[in-house]
Amino acid sequence: MTSGFTRVHRGGAHARFDVAEASLLASLAGQVIELLRDGVPDPQVAADDDDPLAQLVGIDGPGDPPDDPVLARLLPDGYSDEDAEDANADFRRYTERGLRDGKVANAQVVIASLREAGADTAGVDDPVDVELDRNAVYAWLRCLTDVRLAVGTRLEVAEGDDDRWEALPDDDPGKAMHDVYEWLGYVQETLVHALR
Amino acid sequence: MSTAPSEVEETESDERVLPDLPWITIVWNDPVNLMSYVAWVFRTHFGYSEAKADKLMLAVHQEGKAVVSNGTREAMERDVEAMHGYGLWATLQKADA
Repeated sequence: MTSGFTRVHRGGAHARFDVAEASLLASLAGQVIELLRDGVPDPQVAADDDDPLAQLVGIDGPGDPPDDPVLARLLPDGYSDEDAEDANADFRRYTERGLRDGKVANAQVVIASLREAGADTAGVDDPVDVELDRNAVYAWLRCLTDVRLAVGTRLEVAEGDDDRWEALPDDDPGKAMHDVYEWLGYVQETLVHALR
Repeated sequence: MSTAPSEVEETESDERVLPDLPWITIVWNDPVNLMSYVAWVFRTHFGYSEAKADKLMLAVHQEGKAVVSNGTREAMERDVEAMHGYGLWATLQKADA
């Protein structure tokens, strides 16, 4: 099992993963990409015909929050007031497309780093050495966050809920997923510390 | 410290501060994000010192939320958008709301 990231020259970081760990990371990053792409509303339907500026600059984002709880957590409302429906719709229209694209791009960096490190071609016992430059570190940190938000939201994790997971039998799929969630947190923690 | 401001100084002070800070960005606690990561985001995006970033992060964690920036509505929308890009749960609102 990986011991996580350590700092290398000029703000970069290195980690050695097992092939299974590298495949898992690539798979989870891929799922985040799918989720963000599948959930994109039809631009033709979402376009606001009443807003000439939006039409002019090609703003075609949706105004409504996503139904899926994971997407809703990845792309939250901008305003917390209960009577901010219009402001929330506008905020979403102007920002959601860019947010989705940014998150997809970060996940693509993660997948590319793993592929460069040979995750696709390595034998079962070969180490996968991932070397990240500063920009890739930033993309990894954000993508690990998105993956953990996705998994954590699906599992409905709560603060101080360790007992709930420890009480599950070992063959419970939720327990296995929670172990992955904890592992992702460990990897991310080492990456944050590698920046210091 | 001296506490005898003239009338003129008070007026200047009000005009200088109030119109510039009508909106705030709030970051809310969530059970997923790592404390170390949240502090890193505050240092990275806002350029806050380690001490200020840690203080804000702990406020989010312990009190459920913290005001992390203030300014114009447009600036706060940019901050909230950036926080969402980092995966933090953030919203903006009027400072007096």
